[in-house]
Amino acid sequence: MGTRILTVEDDERIRTVVRFGLEDEGWIVAEAESGEAAIEEFNRFDPDVVLIDIMLPGINGFDLCRVLRRNSDVPIIMVTARDDTHDVVAGLEAGADDYMTKPFAPKELSARIRALLRRNRPLSSDVSMIRIGDLEVTPDQGVVKRGGEEIHLTKTEFRLLCELASNPGKVFSRESLLEKVWGYDYFGDGRLVDVHVRRLRTKVELDAAHPRHVVTVRGMGYKLQT
Amino acid sequence: MLKYLRLGLGLRSRIALSFGLGGLMVSALLSLTAYSVTRTTSLEQRSEAVESQFFKNAGFVQAASLTEGASYGDILRDLPQLAGASPIANIPGNANPWVAPRLAPEDLPTELVERVAQGDGAYSMRYSRNGSRTLAIGVRVSQTNVSYFEVVTLSEIESSLSSLRTTLAAASLGTTLIAAMLGVWAAGRALRPLASVGDAAQSIAAGDLDTRIEGKGDPDLDTFVGSFNDMASALETRIERDTRFASDVSHELRSPLMTLRASIDVLDARRSELSERSAAALNLLSDDVTRFQRLVEDLLEISRSDAGSIDASFQPIDLRELVTRVLSSTGHADVEVNVRKGAGDCVLMGDKRRLVQVVSNLIENADKYATGPTAVGLSGNESTLRLMIDDNGPGVPLDERGLIFDRFARGAMARRRGSGSGAGLGLALVAEHVRLHHGRVWVEDVPELAGSRFVVELPRGSQA
Repeated sequence: MGTRILTVEDDERIRTVVRFGLEDEGWIVAEAESGEAAIEEFNRFDPDVVLIDIMLPGINGFDLCRVLRRNSDVPIIMVTARDDTHDVVAGLEAGADDYMTKPFAPKELSARIRALLRRNRPLSSDVSMIRIGDLEVTPDQGVVKRGGEEIHLTKTEFRLLCELASNPGKVFSRESLLEKVWGYDYFGDGRLVDVHVRRLRTKVELDAAHPRHVVTVRGMGYKLQT
Repeated sequence: MLKYLRLGLGLRSRIALSFGLGGLMVSALLSLTAYSVTRTTSLEQRSEAVESQFFKNAGFVQAASLTEGASYGDILRDLPQLAGASPIANIPGNANPWVAPRLAPEDLPTELVERVAQGDGAYSMRYSRNGSRTLAIGVRVSQTNVSYFEVVTLSEIESSLSSLRTTLAAASLGTTLIAAMLGVWAAGRALRPLASVGDAAQSIAAGDLDTRIEGKGDPDLDTFVGSFNDMASALETRIERDTRFASDVSHELRSPLMTLRASIDVLDARRSELSERSAAALNLLSDDVTRFQRLVEDLLEISRSDAGSIDASFQPIDLRELVTRVLSSTGHADVEVNVRKGAGDCVLMGDKRRLVQVVSNLIENADKYATGPTAVGLSGNESTLRLMIDDNGPGVPLDERGLIFDRFARGAMARRRGSGSGAGLGLALVAEHVRLHHGRVWVEDVPELAGSRFVVELPRGSQA
């Protein structure tokens, strides 16, 4: 069964040309021209990846993203016409896994989608379970528990946690995390890492303002403390 | 004089000086008046007292002169005298006409002696005896030839007047100083609102366009504050409108560009289905859309930088790694970064995205006007890093070196070449980004070789 992609975009021409590009990759594409239609289509189509334009009539892209995140950890790519910090960070905080700035080439989009799908596959780890303080991480099942209770993480958040947990105490630079988790080269956007670390903290830390596990190393990057 | 002062001194000093001069004038006037009044009165009082005693004594002398065989020496010695007064008499007919218990005839001014001898009234005269002010008073005793004098020293009055002079001078000086200090204080107070205007103007110039001054409820100043704030908000509106316009235009262009870009890529994926002619047309289209896209991106970047670049995020950056990465991503992996001594670890505080753009635009420039970078060097010290990118192109003429960093300013070289490959914003963006990092960028000759060397000097910044 082919990979299913839902594109949410109100500009018909962009929608069409994006569909052409994605179909050329051999993927199955469904379209929605508004947030409301997207929710309906999401439930019917059950996509593997969702592409959301931020500027939508009715409920906007940020809100749609939050609605989808309530019940799903489907990979989401935000599409924005502005790469200002405000829009990018707001999109990522709403739960997007990655973002693209218009205009982009279909090939770039396909590359991002492939990177996301790779993240979707369970990790093959030689360690069956990693303990981080009161957290229990089971890499091959994609599960994190605190006191026996499962903490729900998106695939990207989980991948980020596992990457840090692969070498506790080691400082990972933004660049290396971008490369390992997102598949970006040196020129990737460090804000992706920063916002995801923040999102991860609100879930795995007891007090996100004073993190004890996912710690910032000023000017260097992040590390995991057990 | 005034003009010179105005040129040489600040407003504060001038106000202080005016206060000081005013204080000096008033206190000097008061002191002089007080001094002259005191001097006149005390001299008069002394003279009156001396005179009344003098005439009493002259009476005694007259009475004595009527008595036969009187000893003038004894009489004079016994006369009651005020402090500092001494008698002397001239008795014509005596072997020694001058009689005085304590004085010599030389102590009297001859002028007075002559006058008294010739006239028939009392004369007085002030003169200096042995360096001290003295009053001599004399009269020819009526019905005799005897002249009676008294010599009174005024040194006590003189010394009290002199101490008064000192006191008054000191008071004047004190008043002047206090007035000057008052002037400094008043000037400071008066200028304080101006200082806040200066601060506000500076912060507006630095990019905080929403800076305003608060009125202090002073009607004189509030008009001024109001005008300043009006000017600031007019400026803010205007700059924001300009910036927003450039930014809006660029955003509006992004959607159609998106369709163009993606359509071309879809076509490109089917290149094999196209005729040779169609493929050539597609190439033209693709190249120009790429150029157009780049122009829109650069315009957006410039307008963002005009708006004050709020999204800069500074972090420690290994400039050597950054340059190496950019070189390899632009197809110049064979160019080695030559790190000189002093550059150390090549780490500086910077905004990664912008520094990448600086380096890639400079490399692109070398690609455009030469055959790419021939040498890339890094040097520096504890506080700055210097990146040098050399090419083997024709170099930049001296008179164009300052201009090439202007927006849309392409060198005469490019115009002659007639190639449409340059958007003309690349180097302007380099200059903007370098300025954001408080650095400098310039172009110079490559020593001993043809070609140009672009030099970017960046402060390392604080890594704390």
